[in-house]
Amino acid sequence: MNRASKPRGARRREALIGYLFASPVILGLVIWVMAPMVGSLVISFTDWNVLTAPHWRGLLNYVGMFTTDYFFANSLLVTVYYVALNTALTFVYSLVLALLLNWKIRGQGIYRSIFYLPAIVPLVASSALWLWLFNPDFGLFNQILLALGLHKLTWLVGQTTVVPSLVLMSVWGGAGNTIVIFLAALQGVPRPFLEAVEIDGGSWWHKFWAVTWPLISPVSFFNIVVGLINSFQIFTQSYIMTSGGPNNSSLFYVYLMYRYGFERNEMGNAAALSWILFLMVSALGLILFRWSREWVHYEGAAA
Amino acid sequence: MSRRNRLSRVLVYLTLTLAAALVLLPIYWLVRSSLMTLVEVFKFPPLLWASRTHWDNFLAALSTSPFLLYFRNTLIVVVPTVLATLITSSLSAYGFARFRFPLRGFWFAMVLGAIILPPAVVLIPQFILWSRLHLVNTFYPLIVPFWFGGGAFNVFLLRQFFLTIPRDFDDAARIDGARYLRIYRTILVPFIQPALVAVGLFQFFFQWNDFFGPLIYLNSPNLYTLALGLQHFIGSYSTQWNILMAATVIVIIPPIIVFFIGQRYFVEGVTLTGIKM
Repeated sequence: MNRASKPRGARRREALIGYLFASPVILGLVIWVMAPMVGSLVISFTDWNVLTAPHWRGLLNYVGMFTTDYFFANSLLVTVYYVALNTALTFVYSLVLALLLNWKIRGQGIYRSIFYLPAIVPLVASSALWLWLFNPDFGLFNQILLALGLHKLTWLVGQTTVVPSLVLMSVWGGAGNTIVIFLAALQGVPRPFLEAVEIDGGSWWHKFWAVTWPLISPVSFFNIVVGLINSFQIFTQSYIMTSGGPNNSSLFYVYLMYRYGFERNEMGNAAALSWILFLMVSALGLILFRWSREWVHYEGAAA
Repeated sequence: MSRRNRLSRVLVYLTLTLAAALVLLPIYWLVRSSLMTLVEVFKFPPLLWASRTHWDNFLAALSTSPFLLYFRNTLIVVVPTVLATLITSSLSAYGFARFRFPLRGFWFAMVLGAIILPPAVVLIPQFILWSRLHLVNTFYPLIVPFWFGGGAFNVFLLRQFFLTIPRDFDDAARIDGARYLRIYRTILVPFIQPALVAVGLFQFFFQWNDFFGPLIYLNSPNLYTLALGLQHFIGSYSTQWNILMAATVIVIIPPIIVFFIGQRYFVEGVTLTGIKM
């Protein structure tokens, strides 16, 4: 049936039914996303503390963030550090394990389940567990270091070690999805392509660089985008394990927003932070998609 | 050639086994510590296993903190949100996949945008809305939003699946006199069942593990979910590591059981989400 040739009444009926079916998510977007975004923009121009009437402050909240707020600058810095380190390490770790799993090995399913397992441990539970592992006096990691005759590390209580420690925990807990997705992509690489390189005498590196890497690049891109966005949300670990310390070196962005909004009732500042976050994520998204054109290879897509 | 191949194979197995052991090490340490006395926990060099398994650590954890109540509260939140997600995300996805309506492109772009929108961006006004409705410190703020499409990503994912089903199936059913809702229910839903199971499992884990939502919306200890209850437990038992680890094991067991039951769907689901994007 040619859809364009439908009579007007039928088209109107189709539109109505379509809206009816799609209405849950459309209403949801209006109520839970669009209206709150406008609301948050308005609140960000005020000094509202929920209890008393708000005063209009114009752009002063934003100006304050960028000029005098030490915590804002600091939280941006530590968050970017965490996001970059976590995304990069999770990417490399997952890709290497997926490449190894993709050898036709026995027990692939068991290995895959083991590598996935930490991803289903609730974040609060893994925070309790890793607090114990990182414990400076009795924790497993320092006991291992001592047994090897090495010096103890400060882990969560050291200003320079806290972010790398949290990254270690996040790689452990967060790589499951990335590994499974990479593995699926690797299994989709056609054997004849790889064999062709082999016949030409290419090494495993040639096979990876000339065939595998371009073919899995859309999935690599997906994993990078998801990794960056998820890392940006870090809150639970630092809230439970470090309270943002020591000396604010794990006071991440969302945690700072939580402090402004829910510990100090400064809704104006919290809303300003949320809009700055939105603008940053949008900019990051644009940059990523520009960048992806240079190296992501879509099969069958016209350039 | 074949000897070199065999050597590489051994190396691959070795690396994988070593990596698997390292990944399991924290879990092993958790279980080990949860079964020891406090004295054994602090021993150096560390003991590999308890001299006698102290199940009473679990009783101690259960008696000091009402984990069964937290378990019930978690179910009260998780069950309706999973249901809500399955129903409303698939209905919305059906609407986007099968009907033309004005502004469809615009709304679909909004769905895509909402996928990468950090939830923190809309948190403050949502909280204010709930507090204006006097529904803070109830379960509603954790459940109701999921009756609206159950998350943009799920709508997107299921739409992609509906698009892979030939329209002839719908048309044939329509000629037989089936209405849209029946076509959706009897023809299309069976086709996307694996995807639905995956969506349901994702939602289950997301809600079960969620900490931020309960932290913001639940104040009374008798409403705490497992995640929030465990966080408070950490605060008061951070020196009794054996009891704390027992409490942690209690919280971890339900998702592990669900994972092993739904594993096949789960891995398929993760795979599909990565490939469909």
